[in-house]
Amino acid sequence: MQLGRGTRIALRLASGAILAFIYIPIAIIVLYSFNSSRVATWPISGLTLDWYRQAFADVGIRNALSASVAAAIGATIIALVLGTLIALAVQRYRFFGRETISFLVILPIALPGIVTGIALSTAFRSIGTELGLLTIIVGHATFCIVTIYNNVIARLRRTSASFEEASADLGADTFRTFRRITMPAIRTSLVAGALLAFALSFDEIIVTNFTAGASIQTLPIWIFSNYSRPNQLPLVNVAAVLVLLLSIIPVYLATRITHGEGATRG
Amino acid sequence: MTIHDTSLGPLPAPPASPARRLAVALHRHPGVRLGGLLAAPLGWMVVAYLGSLILFFITSFWTVDSFSGNLVTQPSLENYAEIFTTEVYRTIALRTVGMAALVTVTTIALAFPIAFYMAKMASDRTRGTLVVSILLPLWSGYLVKVYAWRLILSADGVLNGVLEPFGIRGPGFGEVAVWLVETYLWLPYMIIPLYAGLERVPGSLIEASSDLGARTWPTFRRVIVPLVLPAIIAGSIFTFSLTLGDYITPTLVSNTRFMGNVIYDFLGVAGNQPLAAAYAMVPIVIMIVYLLVARRLGAFEAL
Repeated sequence: MQLGRGTRIALRLASGAILAFIYIPIAIIVLYSFNSSRVATWPISGLTLDWYRQAFADVGIRNALSASVAAAIGATIIALVLGTLIALAVQRYRFFGRETISFLVILPIALPGIVTGIALSTAFRSIGTELGLLTIIVGHATFCIVTIYNNVIARLRRTSASFEEASADLGADTFRTFRRITMPAIRTSLVAGALLAFALSFDEIIVTNFTAGASIQTLPIWIFSNYSRPNQLPLVNVAAVLVLLLSIIPVYLATRITHGEGATRG
Repeated sequence: MTIHDTSLGPLPAPPASPARRLAVALHRHPGVRLGGLLAAPLGWMVVAYLGSLILFFITSFWTVDSFSGNLVTQPSLENYAEIFTTEVYRTIALRTVGMAALVTVTTIALAFPIAFYMAKMASDRTRGTLVVSILLPLWSGYLVKVYAWRLILSADGVLNGVLEPFGIRGPGFGEVAVWLVETYLWLPYMIIPLYAGLERVPGSLIEASSDLGARTWPTFRRVIVPLVLPAIIAGSIFTFSLTLGDYITPTLVSNTRFMGNVIYDFLGVAGNQPLAAAYAMVPIVIMIVYLLVARRLGAFEAL
């Protein structure tokens, strides 16, 4: 393709600048978590690991961390089952309303999060469900289904249904075919989808804020209720880095597993 | 020697267990099989999710008794009347839509160079690395990123510290900060579909355009942009919708209220769930119209 030398250099520079724009704020928060000063002034005064030690000893942060992990694992398991079932139905069958289903799956992340949050909290209140870990999981599972669905359906598209037919012809029943043929074919896409679901759940705040109630705090909610307290600032920085790590590492692993397939789709 | 001794022979007939009978029944009736696959997930999505949305819509016609604070389930249009006749709610709705549009346009402008570089210039290796570098922040750390910008933009934060020797100051907290942070947050949601769209544009079309005498800009405007329009619209669904409902960013980096903040306060501070529901219908209707238009323009295939 013909592009002027000037244009090529400009595009290269612009791309570098945008990458810097994306990563500098992330680097800054990591740097601040090691800041020896209690206040966030620039340049930082020195480096310390002290805040990490204090954060891991802090009861609020520990409880929030375990609540976040529990919510993310619960939501991921539900999303795994439901997302896989929908992907199998949509990819391997032709039926009325098929298009609508893929639309329905994406709706929880396409509608503004506040809508999903309030709608679910309204429903929980009206049926008298106590808000807590369980309601957080229900909310998270609802918008996590899409990550599993996208990954599994992308894999199924590239796996011919004729393997499953051959298995049936050789006498394997529906369950055996699923266990021996379909499952091995989609296994890595399930892992990748689950990692993305975990990440999506782990740092979620918009929906969680409405479905958590007063009795339980996830790590993002702990940050949200402490960020404006000056004396908590160093611990908020550490909590922020924890949330970042526990969401960015699963995503990185997911992209390694699938080489971007499926994961590129929002 | 029986046929079972060869590895390619048919599997031995399994015992007639209940599971086996179920499997046989499922095999004979694809409709039942499909129903079995869809029952649980559709139950979840339709009952738990759509059900909640519908209930939410219904509550927007309820009211809260101003003396007792109890819900009055007699349908009325009172909430909608309040929202449409109160000047400040209209202003906030327009401000939010304006912000979402501005953020969308900014992300398109910023996404184009890097998406083009990834799709048409980078080596395979660099491309792979770049895709991962864009996907990581797309999926993770929403609140953390907003919080990082709070540290950057605060009065004695990083930006002012860096700019101080030049005698200038950053924008501080306010609407400019909201614009900046929302653009930052949703930029990856534009880069990825745009990159995928640009990758599908055949290089031969771009060459043909330049062979026919078009320079870089006309080729860009008349060949590339029309071809990637569905991808741009696909990305804009996210940049627009996510800005529209965001109440965290305005809370952390400004004192300005957007629709999300008003809905949040109706529910939390005022304890008026029906009014919150009625006001939430504004972004919902906007997004439904947006999604329908996007579908017509072929954006869903680019999603």
